[in-house]
Parts: sequence; structure tokens; C-alpha cells
Amino acid sequence: MAFEGLSERLQQVMNRIRGKGKVTEADVKEMMREVRLALLEADVNFKVVKDFIKRVSERAVGQEVMKSLTPGQQVIKIVKEELTALMGGEQSQIAVAKRPPTVVMMVGLQGAGKTTTTGKLANLLRKRHNRKPLLVAADVYRPAAIKQLETLGKQLNVPVFSLGEHANPVEIAKQALERAKEEHYDYVLIDTAGRLHIDEALMDELKEMKEAVKPDEIFLVVDAMTGQDAVNVAQSFHEQLGITGVILTKLDGDTRGGAALSIRAVTGAPIKFAGMGEKLDALEPFHPERMASRILGMGDVLTLIEKAQAAVDEEKAKELEQKMRTATFTLDDFLDQLGQVRKLGPLDELIKMLPGANKIKGLANIQVDEKQIARVEAIIRSMTKEEKMHPEIINGSRKRRIAKGSGTTVQEVNRLLKQFDDMKKMMKMMTNMPKGKKKGFRFPFM
Amino acid sequence: MGFFQKLKEKWTKQADAVTEKFKEGLSKTRNSLAGKVNDLIARYRKVDEEFFEELEEILIAADVGVTTVMELVDELKMEVKRRNIQDPAQMRDVIAEKLVDIYRAGADDKELSALNIQEGGLTVILFVGVNGVGKTTTIGKLAHKLKSEGKSVLLAAGDTFRAGAIEQLEAWGERVGVDVIKQAAGSDPAAVMYDAIQAAKARGVDVLLCDTAGRLQNKVNLMKELEKVKRVISREIPGAPHEVLLVLDATTGQNAMSQAKLFKEATDVTGIVLTKLDGTAKGGIVLAIRNEMAIPVKLVGLGEKMDDLQVFDPEQYVYGLFADLLES
Repeated sequence: MAFEGLSERLQQVMNRIRGKGKVTEADVKEMMREVRLALLEADVNFKVVKDFIKRVSERAVGQEVMKSLTPGQQVIKIVKEELTALMGGEQSQIAVAKRPPTVVMMVGLQGAGKTTTTGKLANLLRKRHNRKPLLVAADVYRPAAIKQLETLGKQLNVPVFSLGEHANPVEIAKQALERAKEEHYDYVLIDTAGRLHIDEALMDELKEMKEAVKPDEIFLVVDAMTGQDAVNVAQSFHEQLGITGVILTKLDGDTRGGAALSIRAVTGAPIKFAGMGEKLDALEPFHPERMASRILGMGDVLTLIEKAQAAVDEEKAKELEQKMRTATFTLDDFLDQLGQVRKLGPLDELIKMLPGANKIKGLANIQVDEKQIARVEAIIRSMTKEEKMHPEIINGSRKRRIAKGSGTTVQEVNRLLKQFDDMKKMMKMMTNMPKGKKKGFRFPFM
Repeated sequence: MGFFQKLKEKWTKQADAVTEKFKEGLSKTRNSLAGKVNDLIARYRKVDEEFFEELEEILIAADVGVTTVMELVDELKMEVKRRNIQDPAQMRDVIAEKLVDIYRAGADDKELSALNIQEGGLTVILFVGVNGVGKTTTIGKLAHKLKSEGKSVLLAAGDTFRAGAIEQLEAWGERVGVDVIKQAAGSDPAAVMYDAIQAAKARGVDVLLCDTAGRLQNKVNLMKELEKVKRVISREIPGAPHEVLLVLDATTGQNAMSQAKLFKEATDVTGIVLTKLDGTAKGGIVLAIRNEMAIPVKLVGLGEKMDDLQVFDPEQYVYGLFADLLES
């Protein structure tokens, strides 16, 4: 995951100071030297690093630490607070125009991921905000960029406005806006061509477009792997266009994410979303506080809970609980549940949101094979209705048939049945426990 | 003869067009880095600790990377002691010299930048890299370059994942006038490669350029897929691919190290293409990669036009960075 390298280094430093009963100026100084290196290696802009170190140092040797009973913890708290502040403090929402449609311009360098992100944003607006977006293909320069957006539109079932690749981008944006007004769209998402921030002609085109469609949001799309130059790019785009927000992409890589920490500090524009994967639903609202907590290895349970809320059907969950209590949980229910868990997103990403997960050996670098889950599903689907209800009737010949039907082996079928059996036993134990505690619940693919 | 004199001589001997391209492409980069070093040299009366600290910051800001910068500065300090340098003005030569040294460390010019093109046979070049670095565009530009050198070229549309990627390569194929071997979106990239190799053999082309989907280097499954693509190529033509080029975005920071490392593990990268060097980014990371990973840069992308792909020359690169210093 992103930030991992930074996270690891910072945690090492933090662990040294955590238990200290007394924090001297020398302690802080030494710690800050380490923090400085860690941040620089993570591509945080060197000016931002300087500022950050200065602020933390001042607070750390000040009153609030000296008076505290647990000075070590207090210093960590300060680092977290400053880290959060660096990334923008509060989470900020996407704008909503007083009179729809809300116009959003997507701008950025080549290859930052504008087109993909535009598609993802449309998906998010429709699914989570229940809004009707219109995609606008205004990248007339890169070969097949329009085709790319059209393909995305088709996959998402969101209409795409295009005038072909010979039209003027400003004209495209204007006409798209007209169309959106006529057909009552809530959002107009304009995908512009990637350009260098120093390319005057192309920057002028964006200014013209801004003038013509008066966007409510101008999102700068930034590759999270960008180095020290990130601030120059952001600053330049900001000065020329007045960006209202930043979307970080490719945050599912192993980048240390310095750009994320620098851009907000330099432009003052908040990071609103982050791209977390190749799939079209992999765009997340950016929460500075949660991100700071992840960087410092404190986990991100809030996001995990929200994801679960969004993906899990409340009714079904209740039904499931009932079944668990009465021990009538069948393989069919299990299949259902697998589907729900998969909706939460890649499992390895989920695991990393657990507090302290990176400290547990073997869990930090776990690579969950999604295919393994598919195999489990295939096995269950190859069973008859009766077998699913009463797995105990599955004998040798049935097992062979199931294995054949699912393209697996008898051993795999056996393993699944055994695990399912264990699970049921555990559920029985749980129903005897006080309400709702589901400790030690294990899925058969982990 | 001073180091810069040598550089200048070499520079002026180069074909003017190429030189201009380099200078033009690097002008933004040059302005900031050279300007800063120049400013630094002008402000200091003597070479001291503070001077080095500021130099450190300038280099870090160029993405050279903390480890490499520390090493470099240590070496510079030794050099200053050895030559007993007091005047900051003398530092120009020393800094540039060290930068080129890092780059060259134990390799000759040929090995450094020439593409391994098989004379009289099929050369297969595989392009790999993370998303959005410019793989497809680089292939288009290289196809144009090779074609204008009189070689016959074929393209393989191995990015079957990203929406519009095949169409993008096709558009380049049309523009340059070379054929593209493709399958439907979503098909197995290894199968596309197989087809492309058969087609390349049948048509007797000189160079086959293979596109692949961008992938983040920490996605194990996707890296495995890439290993398979390479395996298929090697199985069909022993010794191929003759080059595996990692395409790197010059604006990338320290993550480029991780990219170089993991892509090298998966596909045994033989060279780097540094793209988007016409922005303000300095691509200082190539120094770090060369220093720590020993992978040479072979090509650089200096602009949007079809002929903006150039063979990388470390001395030209450093000269490009410092040209203003020299001329002032």
C-alpha cells in the first residue's frame, strides 16, 4: 500500500519515543532528524519538510509535552495532528451547484490518470450520491482518448458527450453544458487533455474553457508517485486556473506518497478523492485524519466500517445473524456472505486498515488470491440444493462429482467442508456468548 | 582541458538538430537546476558546510534521491579537500564531473545508450512500466524513428486491459505507417505476443515493438502476467526479447527506484526510457537508479511531437542541465 515505507520509518522513530517518561530537547532533535529523512525519502517537498519539522519541534519541546504525564505519547499525538493538518484537516466534499448541473473540469499532466478518474468519479456520483452525471470527452489530442472515455461510459452505463477529435475543446465543453441543462443532468464531468503546466498555449485553452463554462470544481489530477516536482506542477496549475481540489491517483501502489503531503501545504487546495485500484469503483473520498492514522500505523477502522455499511445489505445481515443463532447457516448463506465480503474491495487492502496489522508477521505482506475465493464459490455452486442444505450427506462419489464440476480436486472440496464445519461449530459457541461478539471468525480462504 | 571544455567540444560536434532538441527539451529543467546552482555559487564566498547543505537541498529537489545525494556530497567534500578548493566558482566543474561519473561508473558509451538491434534478424523490444508513463506513445515515436532509419517495424497491442489502449496504438500505427497486431480488448496479452511474433516472422520485419498494459509494480498477479508475456516471447524466439525497456515518467520521485527494482526482478529490464523530460521535472532519479541499480537510460522523450524521442547521452544530459552555467 501507499505510504508503507514512510509509515514503517516513522513508526520506528515513534516507537523509540513512545514510552519515554521524559522527553528532552535532544530527544526531539534526534527524532526530528529521522523524521526529516523519512519524509524526504518519501518525496515530500523539501520546503514542506522544513516547515513541518519546525512546527513539530516547537510544539514538542513546548509546554504541552513537558506538563504531560506521558510525554512520549504526547509527541506522537503532535506528529499525527500536524500530519493531518498538512493533508488538509477536515475531509472536504465535492461541490454541489445551487442550480444544477454542477460543472467539474478535470485537469493535469499527461498520464496522471484523468480519463480513468473521470470515469470513476461518474461512477461514484451515481452510485453513492445518486446523481446523474454526463461525461464530456474534451481530450482531442491524445490518440484514442475519446474512445477510452466512451468505453468507460459504456461499462458504467453513463452517457458520453463528444464532438469527435477535430472539434475545439472549449466548444465541446460549451455544447456539453447546454446539453446537460436541457436533459437535466446533475453533474458535467469534463475530461481535458493532459498538458504540461508550462505549455502556455494549452494552458490558455483551459483558461478559456473555464471562462466559458464557469466550473464549480476544477480538479487537478495528480499521480501519487510524483516526486519533488509535484508542488511546482500544482502551484502552476493553481496560479493559472485556481484549482478547487486535488485527486490523487495510483495510491494503491507502493509509493510513499510525498505528493499527497506536499500539495495541500503548497496550494491550499484540499485533496478530495484518491484512486485506490484498477477497478472502476476504486475511487475513495480522502480523509486526512484517517490517512495520517494509517501512516502512523494506527489503522483505519472508520473506513472499514463505512465500506461494510455501503456494501452489506442490512436486511441480509439481520437474517444472517438469525441463522447463526439458530445454527441453520447453510453453504448457500455462506456463498452469499462471500459475495458481500468481495464487494468491500480487495481483501489485502481491507486487512491493511486494521490497526496494528502491519506488525503481525505474515499479515503485513499478505496477498490474498482472489482466484482462491472464486474457486470456493465454484465448489459451492457445483453442489445440489440438498447438499448445500445438508453438507453431511456429501460422500465420496458426491465429492468427486463436485470436484469435477468446479474444476477443483477432492482435497479442495474436503478442505472447504472441514472449514465450513469448523465455522458452524464456532457459531454455536458464539450464540452462547453475549450478544454480537464475533471474535475469531475465519474465512476458508485465508 | 577543463571538463566543461570537453563537454562543449563534444556538444558542438553533435548534429545541430539533436543538440537543439536536447537544449529545447531541457530548457525548463536547466533553468531551475543550473539557475539554482549558479545562484548558490554566486552567493557563497567560500566552500563550507552551509554551501554543501544548500547543494544537498537543490539536488534533493531534483529528485536525485537522499542516498545518492548524501554519497555525492560526501565525495564532493573529499574532492574539495584533495584539490584544496576554496572558491565556489571552481565547484561547477567538480559537481558536473561527479554527476557524469555516477552515471558512467564502469560502463562504456556503447553499452550505455545503444539499443540492441539484431542486424539481419528480428529484434523484439518489450515495453513495461506503471500506468500513464507513456509506453504507447513511446512505442509510436520509436516506430517512427526506426522506420525513418529504414527498418521495417511491426507493433503488438499487448495492452488489452485499459479502455482505448488498442485504439491508441492503432492511431499511432496509422500515423507512422506501420501495422499493428491485435486481438479483442480483454484477451490474453501473451496470446497477442504469440500472434505478433508469428506475424513478424512471416513478414520478415526487422523490429517488433511490444506494448503492455501499465501496472503498478506491487501487484503480484499482474507482474506474474508480465513474466508470462516475456516467457512466451523467449520461447518463440531464443534470445528474445532483445531489449526490455522500462518506461519511466521523469516527474516520478523515489518510487522510480521501486519500479526499477521490481520490474527488473520480473522481466530483467535492460534499459530505461525516460519520458516527459520537457516539463520542469529534472529526472534526477535516473542518477539514483544508475547509482544503485545499474540500469542505463537508453532513450528520452523530450516533447509531444513524433520525432521528440532521442537517444540518451549522459554527457549531453548533464551538459543540458548545466548549459547556462557554461555559457554565462
